[in-house]
Amino acid sequence: MTFRLTLTVNGEPRAIELDDPRVTLLDLLRERLGLTGSKKGCDRGQCGACTVLLNGRRINSCLALAVSLDGAEVLTIEGLAAGEQLHPVQAAFIEHDGFQCGFCTPGQIMSAVGLIREGHAGDDPERVREGMSGNLCRCGAYIGITEAVLDAQARSVGTGQGDAA
Amino acid sequence: MNRFDYVRAGSVAEAVAAASEPGAAYLAAGTNLLDLMKGGITRPGRLVDVTYLPGLDAIEHLPDGGVRIGALVRNSDLAYDPQVSKAYPAVAEALLSGASAQLRNAATVAGNLLQRTRCPYFYDPASACNKRDPGAGCEARGGETRLHAVLGWSEHCIATHPSDFCVPLVSLNATVEIEGRAGTRELPLDALYRLPEDRPDRETVLEPGDLIVALRLPADAAGFAGHSRYLKVRDRTSYAFAVVSAAASLRLEGGRINEARIALGGVALKPWRARVAEAVLAGAEPSERSFRDAADAALAEARPSGDNTYKIELARRLIVRTLTLAAAGTPERMPALPASAFSGDALHA
Repeated sequence: MTFRLTLTVNGEPRAIELDDPRVTLLDLLRERLGLTGSKKGCDRGQCGACTVLLNGRRINSCLALAVSLDGAEVLTIEGLAAGEQLHPVQAAFIEHDGFQCGFCTPGQIMSAVGLIREGHAGDDPERVREGMSGNLCRCGAYIGITEAVLDAQARSVGTGQGDAA
Repeated sequence: MNRFDYVRAGSVAEAVAAASEPGAAYLAAGTNLLDLMKGGITRPGRLVDVTYLPGLDAIEHLPDGGVRIGALVRNSDLAYDPQVSKAYPAVAEALLSGASAQLRNAATVAGNLLQRTRCPYFYDPASACNKRDPGAGCEARGGETRLHAVLGWSEHCIATHPSDFCVPLVSLNATVEIEGRAGTRELPLDALYRLPEDRPDRETVLEPGDLIVALRLPADAAGFAGHSRYLKVRDRTSYAFAVVSAAASLRLEGGRINEARIALGGVALKPWRARVAEAVLAGAEPSERSFRDAADAALAEARPSGDNTYKIELARRLIVRTLTLAAAGTPERMPALPASAFSGDALHA
């Protein structure tokens, strides 16, 4: 049986045909749409490396069945920059050394974009750390990550760009 | 993950019919179900997708002062609903202390109520588990039992219910609205769950095909809004299940406790309503003495199921601290670390 669905991925409508309902959103992105920026870490919703925005909100793409998402909008790390112009959160991660090996970084950045859009953390580092606790970094770059999120948050308040995604 | 038939239900009646077949399971966000299926712990032959069902994602504030919360409302939408967080602050605090932001954005209300235990022996298909495989035995007994139950457990199962959300809900007399083959019925949330006894595989009173369509909080539940807290002791400050948690809500009048509501999480296979402790506080002055008496009453029947005697004293102290914070008043703003004993206002209680 073939399952047909439509997704808007990084602004582009995609007609998807699935031969198996077991395909997660993460596997769809990585294995079938060639978007390997979202990472498969634990594949069980514990590490956050697979974080994407679904209809504007951050979720773990490893724990969502693609077949259940007909009509949804998905934003991945590949769709964040405007051409060569980095998204403010991407720029802040570079500026503040918010990573070391980089494996968790796409998930961290998508989670940070989601966090800033949610608007509950503000400029409070404790609230940022709490809000980012679904993203693990085995290199322990948390200090830089928190600084990057706070900086991006401050810049988005200044320019209104936080919602650019 | 096992192969399964995927059925997209177009109506509640269609969903109930499709899910009445043996081996069928409902799929909403799937944040717990997919995890269990990936681990081979549950192997449903059919998934009935209810996420496309219309009308199940609304929060309705009813004219009588109660609230009806659709089964598909996402945990984060409920926690940040301005009216809900104002009227039921302990419910919002419990929700925000659970899982991660990503999971809360996906996970649904009904899914939270029906999430399975996190007992590591249940999660390991190589271990004997009466819940997974009735009659197989319980390898948790005599195993690593630091986090297991101290109330309501049996020789057959010592697992705990993992939800934070359900703890204040049972204390506030929440009910669930169920659609099933026999029509619609409403049930106290507290009565939804079974204790393990000799059939730990039967976790709820739901029949095949039963679909929870809404959760309700009665009008009087909002009467505790000014003095309502949820505290959760966990191994990490964030993103960890409760070792022990407590919800406490008070109605104060003339310096005395008119009515108290207390429930515990992480201590039993269901969110544990401590009615005997509530009775101790009725008419009492809010004081460390009365709070200790209530805590003693709440844990009077507790006994360790293994290497977890400490949880009994931990639960007592947590009840005292949660009652102390509730008596001091619900904070204006959600603490930076929701439900954390290390949050500023919780440190000196």
